[in-house]
Amino acid sequence: MLEVTGVETFYGNIQALRGVDVSIQQGEIVTLIGANGAGKSTLLMTICGNPRAASGRIAFEERDITTLPTYEIVRLGIAQSPEGRRIFPRMTVLENLQIGATIAEETYYEEDVQRVFKLFPLLCERQHQRGGTLSGGEQQMLAIGRALMSRPKLLLLDEPSLGLAPRLVAQIFEVIKEINESEGVTIFLVEQNAYHALRLAHRAYVMANGNILLTGTGQELLENDEIRAAYLEGGARKTDVGQSGNA
Amino acid sequence: MTDIIARPLAGTRPFRLQGALKEAGLAAFVMFALSLALIAVRVEDVPGGLAIRWRPFDVIAAVVLVFLGRLGLAFLRNNRPAPVALASGLFSAVMALLLIVFVSGGGGVSWAQSLLPFSGFVVNVLVLIISLVLTLRAGLMWRRGERADAGTGVGDTMDRLAASVQGVAVYVIPVLLVAAIIFPFLPFADRRILDIAILVVTYVMLGWGLNIVVGLAGLLDLGYVAFYAVGAYAYALLATEMGIGFWLCLPFAGAMAALAGVLLGFPVLRLRGDYLAIVTLGFGEMIRIILLNWYEVTNGPDGISGIPRPTFFGLPFVRSPPEGVESFHSFFGLTYAPVDRIIFLYYVILAMALITNQFTLRIRKLPVGRAWEALREDETASRSLGINPRNTKLTAFGIGAMFGGFAGSFFATRQGFISPESFTFIESAVILAIVVLGGMGSQIGVVLAAVLLIGLPEMFRELQEFRMLAFGAAMVLIMIWRPRGLLAHREPTIRLFEKGAGKR
Ligand SMILES: Nc1ncnc2c1ncn2[C@@H]1O[C@H](COP(=O)(O)OP(=O)(O)O)[C@@H](O)[C@H]1O
Ligand SMILES: [Mg+2]
Repeated sequence: MLEVTGVETFYGNIQALRGVDVSIQQGEIVTLIGANGAGKSTLLMTICGNPRAASGRIAFEERDITTLPTYEIVRLGIAQSPEGRRIFPRMTVLENLQIGATIAEETYYEEDVQRVFKLFPLLCERQHQRGGTLSGGEQQMLAIGRALMSRPKLLLLDEPSLGLAPRLVAQIFEVIKEINESEGVTIFLVEQNAYHALRLAHRAYVMANGNILLTGTGQELLENDEIRAAYLEGGARKTDVGQSGNA
Repeated sequence: MTDIIARPLAGTRPFRLQGALKEAGLAAFVMFALSLALIAVRVEDVPGGLAIRWRPFDVIAAVVLVFLGRLGLAFLRNNRPAPVALASGLFSAVMALLLIVFVSGGGGVSWAQSLLPFSGFVVNVLVLIISLVLTLRAGLMWRRGERADAGTGVGDTMDRLAASVQGVAVYVIPVLLVAAIIFPFLPFADRRILDIAILVVTYVMLGWGLNIVVGLAGLLDLGYVAFYAVGAYAYALLATEMGIGFWLCLPFAGAMAALAGVLLGFPVLRLRGDYLAIVTLGFGEMIRIILLNWYEVTNGPDGISGIPRPTFFGLPFVRSPPEGVESFHSFFGLTYAPVDRIIFLYYVILAMALITNQFTLRIRKLPVGRAWEALREDETASRSLGINPRNTKLTAFGIGAMFGGFAGSFFATRQGFISPESFTFIESAVILAIVVLGGMGSQIGVVLAAVLLIGLPEMFRELQEFRMLAFGAAMVLIMIWRPRGLLAHREPTIRLFEKGAGKR
């Protein structure tokens, strides 16, 4: 469904991606884990064309999207819940969802709002609250809900569990699974919370310094010693795990 | 309510009188230093040249009042409202009494004048106003036993006021609307008042038009007057060169202005914030300089005169119409009154402004309007939700400019004469100030700000230079107390989502 081949991305002189290859099949949950600054968010943003890949190729459903502008890429059926949520703070929950539906057909609007409210009942209660006054968890739900409003085929999620209470983290991962299973949305999930992500994902990639280091099924990586040492043990939820926790 | 409860309890901090005195002394010193230049000397015209008049008493009064005022604020901040309320209340009462005696005596009551702290009438009025504000604040605080940090007390009050204004908007708006409609027939609405009202409504319309660009789409436009000018010149040229009437020209003038808006939009699409502001400022100046120098078409600095007045469905407002044309008063069997034309102009601009307003309110609920607001909030996020930033910004520039152009046509037909001088940067600044002070995106805020910034200074035209002083002071005060504008309150575009509406 999505083929990323040899993609390099720069921020000015800084190279953030050094030839990344990622492939995602229809219906999968694929996760991308890696330390802070590895280039995970950059990869998600590059898929959406902002920033644009300096070299390499990105294809979505066999179509080359490498040079398309963001708003056209999105129209093909890719939606993103970006890093830092980026909901519209002065607009209400419902208005945020409405803007999410910009590219969807109008006839689906009410049905889709109901769908999102069913996934996140809390948003229904808060529908007239301003986005900026929501709690972190609620904002995350809104960001995911807003992305879903465009009826995407592929949903890109950038660290949805960041800064959430453990109970909420479990809940969010539950919802992600549901979106994938009952709605048939393919999911590309960027996470630092490697344990949860690997358990949920069908397949996973590990990224460091702008390169893909490793790939395998979620289960394989969970059992991989290197991964355990670097991302799981002694600080599965810490952000920047070095090699310190070798138990 | 909660914000009051959440505050620390009253009187938790010990009050240090010494600190307060020091603070007040410092303020008084600054005032003294400033007053040496501003107040102490006055150059006057006397027979045979200029003379310098010293005003030592004014300096003393200024220093003492600033000292007391600062001390009062310090008391308030330390939650001691009672003495402040009493002292400033007493002072206000005395001042008001003296001023009333002075005014009712036709300015000739010398004992009242000598007791007033300043020699200038307006300054005395300003002092009275400040002291009344202080009394009010202290009084409110005293009654509630509420502790307020400097500034936030008023801010809270104004927040509540803004929220309640929005709350009662359902009632206020029809009342305002009816008032605006019957306004020309109110007893005090003489020709001068009507002229001021027309001016205010013109600026309300400009404010609403600019609000689309600045308030909704979040594009800081410092060159809005350019579109006003394009509209004015488009109408003036068409009318004087080709003899086309106002109503036929109006759409064309709007289209020209919209085109100018889109033209401006293209080069600035990639710019944000400050850079955008600078380029739009340049664009505004550019248009003015073109008008000034393109002599063959625009008649340069001489401007265009003899611009035809609008007609009432072809009926002109003149005493004796030309052969074969009937005039407004004879058609309706009225006696000729020059004020009819003014009233008509008032209704024209009122209708145009209301159309602008309705348009904005409607478009906010449409996908374009939502896209404007989304773009204002977060451009990156908007793009990744499928909003095309280029088209969205261009429509905002174009539509905003179009309303500026309509207002410009009206300006041309009202004045009968236009020249580049009417379209200087200061106009853009005033329109922007109306939008910002009103509270970006707030429709009713624009009305309030236009009345404050345009109406009041016009009403008090006699006060001359103090007008601008008060204007500046008002801006500073508003920005201190209401940094997001007088009535900054964004009304959601959707009210309620019916549960189960989609299921049927
Ligand atoms: N807007 C930017 N400008 C310059 N450098 C950036 C920008 N965004 C990210 N980077 C750099 O690119 C690298 C990858 O960042 P990012 O993709 O955010 O990592 P991750 O999401 O894995 O934590 C980092 O070194 C970061 O400093
Ligand atoms: Mg990141």
